[in-house]
Amino acid sequence: MSPLLEVRDLRVTFPDRATGGVHPVDGVSFELARGETLALVGESGCGKSLSALALLRLVPPPGRIASGSAVVLDGTDVLALDDKSLRKVRGRRIAMIFQDPMTSLNPVFTVGDQITEVVHAHFKVPKQEARDRALKLLNEVGIPDAASRLDAYPHQLSGGMRQRVMIAIALAGEPELLIADEPTTALDVTVQAQILELLDQLRATHGMSMLLITHDLGIVAGRADRVAVMYAGQIVEQASTAALFAKPSHPYTQGLFASVPRLTGPVGHLMPIPGTVPPPSAWPSGCRFRTRCPIVHARSAEMPPMLQVGPEHSMRCWLAEDQQ
Amino acid sequence: MTAPAANGGPLLDVRDLVKHYRSGGLFQRSTPPVRAVDGISLDVAQGETLALVGESGCGKSSAGRSILRLQEPTSGSVMFEGRDVLALGREELRALRRKMQIIFQDPYSSLNPRLTVGDAVAEGIQIHKLADRAGTARRVAALLEEVGLDASYAGRYPHEFSGGQRQRIGIARALAVEPSFIVCDEPVSALDVSVQAQVLNLLRELQQRRGLSYLFIAHDLAVVRQLAHRIAVMYLGRIVETGATEELLANPRHPYTQALLSAVPEPDPTRQRERIVLSGDLPSPSAPPPGCHFHTRCFHQLRDGRCSTETPLLRPVGATRAACHYAEHSSVAQVTAPAIPNQ
Ligand SMILES: Nc1ncnc2c1ncn2[C@@H]1O[C@H](COP(=O)(O)OP(=O)(O)OP(=O)(O)O)[C@@H](O)[C@H]1O
Ligand code: SF4
Ligand SMILES: [Mg+2]
Repeated sequence: MSPLLEVRDLRVTFPDRATGGVHPVDGVSFELARGETLALVGESGCGKSLSALALLRLVPPPGRIASGSAVVLDGTDVLALDDKSLRKVRGRRIAMIFQDPMTSLNPVFTVGDQITEVVHAHFKVPKQEARDRALKLLNEVGIPDAASRLDAYPHQLSGGMRQRVMIAIALAGEPELLIADEPTTALDVTVQAQILELLDQLRATHGMSMLLITHDLGIVAGRADRVAVMYAGQIVEQASTAALFAKPSHPYTQGLFASVPRLTGPVGHLMPIPGTVPPPSAWPSGCRFRTRCPIVHARSAEMPPMLQVGPEHSMRCWLAEDQQ
Repeated sequence: MTAPAANGGPLLDVRDLVKHYRSGGLFQRSTPPVRAVDGISLDVAQGETLALVGESGCGKSSAGRSILRLQEPTSGSVMFEGRDVLALGREELRALRRKMQIIFQDPYSSLNPRLTVGDAVAEGIQIHKLADRAGTARRVAALLEEVGLDASYAGRYPHEFSGGQRQRIGIARALAVEPSFIVCDEPVSALDVSVQAQVLNLLRELQQRRGLSYLFIAHDLAVVRQLAHRIAVMYLGRIVETGATEELLANPRHPYTQALLSAVPEPDPTRQRERIVLSGDLPSPSAPPPGCHFHTRCFHQLRDGRCSTETPLLRPVGATRAACHYAEHSSVAQVTAPAIPNQ
């Protein structure tokens, strides 16, 4: 079966006075099958959010998607759509939830209004039917006493409840793909557990695909089918979750794993990656990671392509060639 | 981690600390106060790290700030090096601040954007007249290098630095007055995982080199485990469980500790733990549930009417001390009824 979503060579350009232009997303390619969860993992500034926004053509100006990029949803090139057709994709076929629900919920409209608005935008249904759907969705995302919450305003809800409302709004268009950008980063750990559990259930019952953007490898382990690790605007390693955790291969991925504090195993053995992610204007030529890499392959001055390291496991590092 | 040698009594000894915030103004007299810290006791030995762990709003930061008297506690006692901190006058308190420092989650908002890094680090040295001009410059350079920064950064401004570097500046600033005790309020929560590991390692090295004591405030048990000798878990203003780090993590007795532990994402798909998903939200700290504060979300099989009327006291159970009426019957295996198993 063809994938639900195919992203090829996605590149986002921002003007930059010193260099003429920077590419915070620089040649990202991946596929997403129906019903699958793909995790996009990386540290801040690596281009995760911007990649997700680009899928919906929501890159903030003056940024723009470079020509040669392709985002194909079920055979349709999203980047080539006119505005009217694009509106039928946003919210309807692809929905998105963000880290901070407060900034994406409208403070002056009730929860019920915000859900029914999405229902009306995409389905021809009478008012009462839209309200019934909103109520059903609030129940489904686990809002207690949902009937009375329909008329509540966002500020009257806790952080966890707001994120549930955001999810209800995203589900209102019955999307095939849900993009969740750090959906639990702003939440407490026990609330995070609730929301992740909920997203998992909903993905299964609605048969959705999910693009889960996170900086937390721990979240990935329990939830995603496959993982793509990003560094400096590029995917540097991609594999099934089992393969990636069994054998993290890119030196950056290995560095991330060595940095994660764990509840088991020896204490005092965190091995951080030295330094920090440079800004896009200062990314080195050749391998982007070579300024921080503990190994630095002889060919690092050349940009490595994605190279196979195992079945459905590839990385952007010259070491893969030596291993073959 | 082995416990540090404690010579004599604890460095810091806090008893029955209470911090209530009055809400509203003249016309809201009747609104109950926010009971941020509702009677906690803890102690920290020299060279020791005690972690104060809990979710947002449980009162961790209020406790830390009250102990330093950055805000006045409502009641209780705070003894530091045998002196009654709450009885000190302004001058004495100022002198004591040399010994007790704090670093924050967001070092940016706590660094004055108009001061150079060098001036920020030097501030404490000058206030406490710890060195002359040339001596100050030398000390600032040595401090920057001790926290892993280039001494030449002294002339630059905070906005030129990344989050991790700013956290190092905040640490250098706290170290400048040679404290023996530092409250670390979520010092790594805002940092990326690789930088977080750098700062955790730095804090450990500094503790070993300088014999520092930390009150380490955090919400992530996996982070806490890297530094803490002992852990105290807070829920709605109270300590619900406390014990040595490895014991508390291996055999938590309070249902809330168990839930908190199970919520820590495990970065290993082959060893996913049983997930306990708590129902409901954190109740408001201005109207905590009566009896056991946790009873509205508790999943213990034995939970009963006593839980909603009688406050459980912190008492020894197994290897830790827990505030649960039925802690004897709450080893993890016994309280799994509503837990959601892995598929
Ligand atoms: N509106 C913008 N103008 C200029 N640069 C931008 C803009 N938005 C993003 N960038 C740059 O693009 C890079 C990637 O941003 P993006 O937000 O996608 O990263 P991220 O990995 O999602 O980070 P975080 O985890 O912090 O949200 C960053 O270096 C950022 O400075
Ligand atoms: S005292 Fe009762 S409500 Fe509180 S934690 Fe124990 S069993 Fe649960
Ligand atoms: Mg982001």
